[in-house]
Amino acid sequence: MNDQPPQDDFDVVVSSRARIARNLADAPFVHRADEARRRAVVEEVLPSIIAAEASEPTRWIDLESADPLDRRILYEEHMISRTHADASGPRGVAVSSDGCLSVMVNEEDHVRMHVINNGLTLPSCFERIKALDEIMEREVTWAFHSRWGYLAACPTNVGAGIRFSAMLHLPALRLTRELDKVRQAARDLNLAVRGYYGEGSESSGHLYQVSNQITLGMSEAELLEKFLGTIVPGIVDYERAARQALLKRDRVQIEDRLQRDLAILQSARIVKADEAMRRLSMIRLGCSLGLLQHTDLNEITGLFQMIQTGHLQQRAGRPLSQADAQIARAELLRTCLQAA
Amino acid sequence: MKCDRCDRPAIVHQVIISNGTHREIHLCEVHAAEAGIPVPGKQPVNQLLGKAAAATAAGVVPACPACGTTLTQIRKSSKFGCPSCYDAFGQATEVIVKSAQGGAEQHVGRAPGGLTSQETRKHESRRLVQELDQAVRSEQYERAAKIKQRLTQLAEEAKHPPEASQDTPGT
Repeated sequence: MNDQPPQDDFDVVVSSRARIARNLADAPFVHRADEARRRAVVEEVLPSIIAAEASEPTRWIDLESADPLDRRILYEEHMISRTHADASGPRGVAVSSDGCLSVMVNEEDHVRMHVINNGLTLPSCFERIKALDEIMEREVTWAFHSRWGYLAACPTNVGAGIRFSAMLHLPALRLTRELDKVRQAARDLNLAVRGYYGEGSESSGHLYQVSNQITLGMSEAELLEKFLGTIVPGIVDYERAARQALLKRDRVQIEDRLQRDLAILQSARIVKADEAMRRLSMIRLGCSLGLLQHTDLNEITGLFQMIQTGHLQQRAGRPLSQADAQIARAELLRTCLQAA
Repeated sequence: MKCDRCDRPAIVHQVIISNGTHREIHLCEVHAAEAGIPVPGKQPVNQLLGKAAAATAAGVVPACPACGTTLTQIRKSSKFGCPSCYDAFGQATEVIVKSAQGGAEQHVGRAPGGLTSQETRKHESRRLVQELDQAVRSEQYERAAKIKQRLTQLAEEAKHPPEASQDTPGT
């Protein structure tokens, strides 16, 4: 077993994200804008995205005309929200070539830009999104108020308008029933705890997105320092302690459970998404604890996304019924986990 | 302390001074709700918005002059209609934003143009001094060093403010 924590705390922190909300100064917010105004917002914002091409090349996707499968893939890759994928009317997203940065136009706010990356990499996510924000700001006039800061449709997003989040894998806290304490502590610290796909989603595969709820009254640097310096390490240490406690107390039971989960996914012919996420979570736990010798933490983590229906359809090159998706999922898992 | 009306612990405490007399009220959650007194931390944003709406229902500012959004609509959707709404509803805006932001009431940090205004610099410095004290007390020296560095930076900026770093007017 590794004594050293993995680089970027990847054993617990699956990914980090920095997100900035901005709105044009002279336009109604998206939910009050008619189609013509929304189209005008796209036209006004696009040149600012193009202005950043030299340092941040992106591909523009018009979601109004995009194929539903393409929208689903973008959602599964966390490049757009469910709301943005399912909405109607003029809207779009600019996506970077490395698939880590996106700029949603006409989601809840005129512009929502974010950078997402593996592991605990919040400072680099922040630097990258800040650089893009600064370039865009030279081209457009954002709504800004001397007291309330950058204005947003929802008052929960005013001020710095930045939200930091970490996708945490917390199977041991769930198994030891300590998760409610984390939720309570998070509430006390003004943090939001959400599911795998953010707002409105349930946890899947013991994955939880933790983010700051307060965006006013602290600078971006202070918000980052607080989140990165105290909040995330606290939860990471708690999960690691729970993992060690589990090993000490129930090592054989844990080994038995994750070996069964692995064996099922290596052999099953039909697998539902929820079941796959649950069993992959245990395999990921075993992998990060060094209990499974032939599994790779990166590959197992990648499977969380690859087993989603949209990705299975893209792989198959055709739309899949629910039953066909379950068969395709089982086949993919058998192939990927064969050597484990 | 117990509730004035039952044996449950009191969580609402009020002091009423009227015509020179002093009266105290201590109520539990249930009896506070019965008396129509707000319970700290128990009011959903929607209720706060409802109060704000009621406060201005007398017709002081019925709708945002820029986009026509009313407080009732803000209460229903928990969203403002446009940037001008934030100025249009005065005190109601203050109630809404502060309740959504854990009581915070002043932007700190960056302003358009990447500059930090004098006003936000002062707020940030004040907060950092408190955090520095906490960091030193809890022996978080690495964090304390970072805070000190930022305080020095802010002091330098205050001495030599960039030409355009004036407070940006509200929109």
